[in-house]
Amino acid sequence: MLGPVDYVLWLASFLLEVFVVVCAVRSKSFLSHLSLNLYMLAAAVVTVGQYVSIQRFGFQSLQYRYYYYYSESLLTIVMFCVIIQLYQHVFVEMNVSRYIRSAAAILLLATAFFSYAVVRENKDHLTSRFVVELGQNLHFCGVVLTYLLWGAILKLRETRTRLIQLVLALGVYFSATAGTYALRNLFPGLQESVLRWVPPLIGTWLPLAWAYTFSKVPEDARLTTARLLVRAR
Amino acid sequence: MIIAALIFVFSIAAFLQFFIWHCRSILASSRRVELSDRVREVTGIQGGSFGAEDFSRLVQLVRLCPERGDDQGEIRAVGTYYNLLDFFGRMARPAIPRVAAWAEQERVNCSYFAAVALDRRISYSRDLFTQQVADRL
Repeated sequence: MLGPVDYVLWLASFLLEVFVVVCAVRSKSFLSHLSLNLYMLAAAVVTVGQYVSIQRFGFQSLQYRYYYYYSESLLTIVMFCVIIQLYQHVFVEMNVSRYIRSAAAILLLATAFFSYAVVRENKDHLTSRFVVELGQNLHFCGVVLTYLLWGAILKLRETRTRLIQLVLALGVYFSATAGTYALRNLFPGLQESVLRWVPPLIGTWLPLAWAYTFSKVPEDARLTTARLLVRAR
Repeated sequence: MIIAALIFVFSIAAFLQFFIWHCRSILASSRRVELSDRVREVTGIQGGSFGAEDFSRLVQLVRLCPERGDDQGEIRAVGTYYNLLDFFGRMARPAIPRVAAWAEQERVNCSYFAAVALDRRISYSRDLFTQQVADRL
């Protein structure tokens, strides 16, 4: 059963997702971050769809479960477009957009194939297992891509604060989600107690961090990335 | 199972790094801001810099001022970061002093961030007060 906290988190993430788009439009960044804004709109639509699905079929229903996992997987694929666009922002002066797009597409197909290969033998639970496995692998791919992007930002001495914060927030989101999926695979018993709360919280984090970036960080703000690196003295 | 375990370990390590970098990018924006004499006067800290333990007191002072409505999110995020550092600092102190020293330095930066937030809120309160007086006249 869903409690008031679930509904509050739901409403908060929906409002924040819409708020990100509003902030981007207000700061005239909608087109320059088109994929990101489309992702946020898609996430808002999926959030509404989840609510409708629960009201209609129930939280424990198979329909809701399939809707949840498939919509999450599709959103993750849309998120790959966001990463690709962030790569293009970082490599804007090097004219390598075509190569970035090709590499991301190959990686995505490879991940889907790997996930299918892993669960191919479990034909009795193929569909549900496949989506969980695919979710874990897609999010982990996201972690790797974001990590590489962060490496490129450091290497190229990128100073645009907005871009840096967008990428770091994405890194937090992907790593937390991939970690949760992996933990769910390792200890399925934790799903009902602890892990139930993690995805909605992470789902709120990303629009919150991006809304902060669009509303607080000016387009021309600059930051030295070397200052962010952790140095134990 | 092995793949899931590897993904879990790598993801947690990446999560901590990304979270720390993200918080530091928020803190970095306040480091360039020079504090006014007003805030030093209010906090009772003259000349010297803020200590790691001043954070809670500074946040309490921030909460006493009227809200500007646009800094709640970042204060909360830095508060979470501060608590996380406090936890790690305590854990690391006996075994890894270098990490404990780094956490201490980061907590000092958090205090400086809170002082900048307080400074902005004081300026905002003064502006409000001036505006009210002007309206009455």
